[in-house]
Amino acid sequence: MNGPDTWRRWALSLPAVAVIMLFSILPLGVVLVYSFLTPGDFGNVKWIFSTDGWFSVLFERNIFDDTIGLSGANLSILFRSIILSVLTTLITLIFGVPTAWFIATRPPTQRNFWLFLITIPFWTNLLVRTIAVQEMIRSEGVFNRILLALGLIKEPIQMMYTDFAVLLGMTYVFLPLMVLPVYAAIEKFDFRLAEASYDLYASRLFCLRRVILPLIKPGVIAGSILVFVPSLGAYVTPRVMGGGKSMMLGNLIDLQFGQGRNWPLGAALSITLTVLVLLALIWYTRLTAGRKERDHG
Amino acid sequence: MANRSFDVRKLPGAAAIAITCFVILYIPMAILVFYSFNAGKVIGNWEGASLKWYGAAIHNQAFLDAALNSLILATTASVISTLLATMAALATTRNERFRGEGVIHIILNQPLMVPEIVLAIALVIIVGQIKQVTGYTGLGFLIAAHTAFCIPFAYLPIRARLEGMDLSLETAAADLYASRFYTFRRVTLPLLSPGILSGFMLAFVISLDDLVISDFLKSPGQDTLPTYLMGELKRNLTSEIYAISSLLLLLSVLIVAGSWVATRKKD
Repeated sequence: MNGPDTWRRWALSLPAVAVIMLFSILPLGVVLVYSFLTPGDFGNVKWIFSTDGWFSVLFERNIFDDTIGLSGANLSILFRSIILSVLTTLITLIFGVPTAWFIATRPPTQRNFWLFLITIPFWTNLLVRTIAVQEMIRSEGVFNRILLALGLIKEPIQMMYTDFAVLLGMTYVFLPLMVLPVYAAIEKFDFRLAEASYDLYASRLFCLRRVILPLIKPGVIAGSILVFVPSLGAYVTPRVMGGGKSMMLGNLIDLQFGQGRNWPLGAALSITLTVLVLLALIWYTRLTAGRKERDHG
Repeated sequence: MANRSFDVRKLPGAAAIAITCFVILYIPMAILVFYSFNAGKVIGNWEGASLKWYGAAIHNQAFLDAALNSLILATTASVISTLLATMAALATTRNERFRGEGVIHIILNQPLMVPEIVLAIALVIIVGQIKQVTGYTGLGFLIAAHTAFCIPFAYLPIRARLEGMDLSLETAAADLYASRFYTFRRVTLPLLSPGILSGFMLAFVISLDDLVISDFLKSPGQDTLPTYLMGELKRNLTSEIYAISSLLLLLSVLIVAGSWVATRKKD
């Protein structure tokens, strides 16, 4: 549009844009290139074009008779990542929405106190919080000690390094991410609308379903995305809680670049994970953009 | 309204679930802090109260080095990213859309759309090559990477603040013959400062929190607090880990409390 001003604005944005191009976008491009190369003998890659990396994301070749089958290991990790992320989102919804409701309906002076309590875990180091959950369920941890002391069990229950442990850990660390956006939506909700619906003889359930939920839905969707996206790409929590037994996609990628020594496969898995995250985000923007149009129309 | 028999703000069961939620959030952290005062070496095996492991941590050179690295890294990365994000936010808000604005916006938010582990792997491929070719293994790689993924976190609150700002004050300053720079320094910047402060805090905490990218990019001797803690978690599980974790927890409580006090004052 306006010539000199456009230049000035580009120049002001350029340093930030350049840093992200160099240290985030360019490296991703390299990953995309690497996914089409041949694995090197000791890690790294050979510069020979190959689609084997992408092939191995879902399939594997039988080493004896050269038949092609689905890669059971990769598929089960892919499924686990998606299912555990969906479950984490659902559980944080079940706990997070009523909690957000509770905070938003406190008197304003008390509200800050409860918000403060949600904000602290939100700002606390992820690894520290994961260590805290680990202490609860490890073999010599709190739960097992209590159960042993009560005589309910003879042997400690092995809870670590299971899907349950990963799910528990992710739910614990991502719960504040659900509460905050839902709170923001409920806080803005005009409760006179609920009153009006009751005056018109709406039942409690009807009011919740037809008046309250539609209006706080943007917050609920935002919270779900904020939980689902980091769950899908989670690395630290499944590594500590799941170990080598209950891996997620992030850990599988790490494995291919480490012991697996199959960088092209690792690169292809990285792109797969990124695409899955982008799909979730695109779905989210479609949903919210659609709402805006309806609001204005 | 007078004969309303119940409160519309009441959702049956919400209070019970909320309290459960707070209990679930705080019990593991409380237990962690409790066991950090354990005299025994084996974690979780209570042998009496003691500050022994805090003392051990304070005299542990590896921990102190990691803390120093974390501090240098988080400070540098958050200062640079806040500066760059402020410039970019000033360029991309409060004006007619200009050519390329949409692209800039997507680029600035791009690090948010990529899982940390993917970014870590991507960076390690490139940085590994650069390390080999140039022989440079300093903290620069970590600072650059942290700056990149902190930019969107600094950018969002600054941009939000700018969008909510009243343009008429700047127009008034310009009407009173204030120069462009003078207006920026005496009108725009003071109004923008709460946004810059929260952007900086967010970037600082995000950098401090990062484990994955630091762990993949670090050269020997560049442990940060999270990578050191992760290493100790694998090597030797002693009560010192809980003491260090509790110190990190204390730090975040202080940061949250500090930012609350700071924003209260500004408003």
